[in-house]
Amino acid sequence: MHTDRFFRIALPTATVIAFLLVWTLYVRTAEVSAFILPTPLQIVTAFIGLLGDAGVWRHALVTVTEAVSGFLIAVLLGICLGMAMARVRMLEWAFKPFIVCLQLIPKIALAPLFILWFGFGLESKIVIAAALAFFPVFSNALVAFRSVEPGDRDVFTMLQANPVQRFVMLDLPTALPVVLAGMEVAVVMSMIGAIVGEFIGGNEGLGYLAVAMLQELQVPGLFAVIVLLTLIGLTLYTLIAQLRGWLTPWHASAARGRSEA
Amino acid sequence: MRMDHEADIRLAGVGKTFGHGENAVRAIGDATLDMQRGDFISLLGPSGCGKTTLLRIIAGLERPSEGEILVRGRAVWDGAKRSTEATRPVSMMFQEARLFPWFTVAENVALPLRLRGVKKAEREARAHALCETVGLKGFEKMRPSALSGGMRQRASLARALITEPQVLLLDEPFGALDAMTRDTLNLELMSVCAQARVTTILVTHSITEAAFLSDRVVVLAARPARITEVVEMPFERPRTLDLQRKPAFQDILVRLRSSLTGGH
Repeated sequence: MHTDRFFRIALPTATVIAFLLVWTLYVRTAEVSAFILPTPLQIVTAFIGLLGDAGVWRHALVTVTEAVSGFLIAVLLGICLGMAMARVRMLEWAFKPFIVCLQLIPKIALAPLFILWFGFGLESKIVIAAALAFFPVFSNALVAFRSVEPGDRDVFTMLQANPVQRFVMLDLPTALPVVLAGMEVAVVMSMIGAIVGEFIGGNEGLGYLAVAMLQELQVPGLFAVIVLLTLIGLTLYTLIAQLRGWLTPWHASAARGRSEA
Repeated sequence: MRMDHEADIRLAGVGKTFGHGENAVRAIGDATLDMQRGDFISLLGPSGCGKTTLLRIIAGLERPSEGEILVRGRAVWDGAKRSTEATRPVSMMFQEARLFPWFTVAENVALPLRLRGVKKAEREARAHALCETVGLKGFEKMRPSALSGGMRQRASLARALITEPQVLLLDEPFGALDAMTRDTLNLELMSVCAQARVTTILVTHSITEAAFLSDRVVVLAARPARITEVVEMPFERPRTLDLQRKPAFQDILVRLRSSLTGGH
């Protein structure tokens, strides 16, 4: 048990250290220019410098606002539509093929169009983030709300449950684990959406900052921005994963996740 | 007001057909039966004889194609609508325990009271008392996933009993359990039903179980699905497992078996 725990921490740490060492060694021996690929140490220095810059936090706040707003819109729409279609077959027949077709469009390619429609401000980025995050929530919600077993429904019928009780005590808890799994994917997608939007147009956000760094050939700074973006993404993902463990403590995968942590 | 000579459960010409036209399958036909308060009857038959369908029709989970079901004088089916009035005193146990993983054992047991708007303190007290009765003391705060199959069915039984039902419908609730657990639970079930004078219908394919528990055994046949015979079980109550070794009991088993195979 104790050696297991030791290796679970030691092995991934060793992998990361080995990766960083090989990277440093390669840059030093092949004499790669810092404009092309800086060493990890240079990136760390740039990252610390970046954190000290007040402007960065403003950019970070913009990106987080866009991603979280887009995510929340996607969650609201995805759950409502998924739930409605799970309940009413006719709605599913009418709209699901259409929604699946929309999903097949590479939405990143539509991003410039959204900028054209919604301008260079926050709105366009929120729309892109929401568009990317919608489908995982929607498709999971559709499956989740349909997965209530007929036998469980029979129990609630025998107990004379009213529709509200049925929803709160049966449909919702049955669907929640799967919906939350979709939200874990969606939160990462919304981050990607916000950054892509900032790449394309606008003068705010970490995506914009990354492009600006590249244009000034501050490659270590560019990497530092990417590190910051990764940390923000990880934080958002962890929050949703925590929410899952907290809201559905009975669920096996949530329990497993806890015991592994 | 219900008059005393009136049957507790009355089936009159109940039938069910699935599908239409050429594809129509007759699941049950012309089932007629009267039960008095406190009667324990079993629906015994091979798989595919429609016994579960018949039980589900009585429970109001399945609509009959024809005929009428009265529970304490009230029609279970009002046209296409399930009557919540008629089915209110009815509890049902299923083949699976059907406990909900988001509730603890005690919360599962208390669920019927919660749905009826009983205050938290009262329903918790009643759930804990009933957990003790069915042998779940100490398991109240656990999740159903931590329980064995037999324990889960005990919790399911407690959930069925907490509303103090007048009618109990059992769809092979102990069918998936090992023989020893099954005997134990059957004995407990029998004593609970006798004590509260619950009118009980049990669906089973076990001849021994049907004979041991019931006042009357309703033998069903498949193709066409119908009631072939209603056999009285002439044994005193309370019954113990010793009864199963007596010659009279063995004779009944032989009689039921021949009735099942149609060769009497």
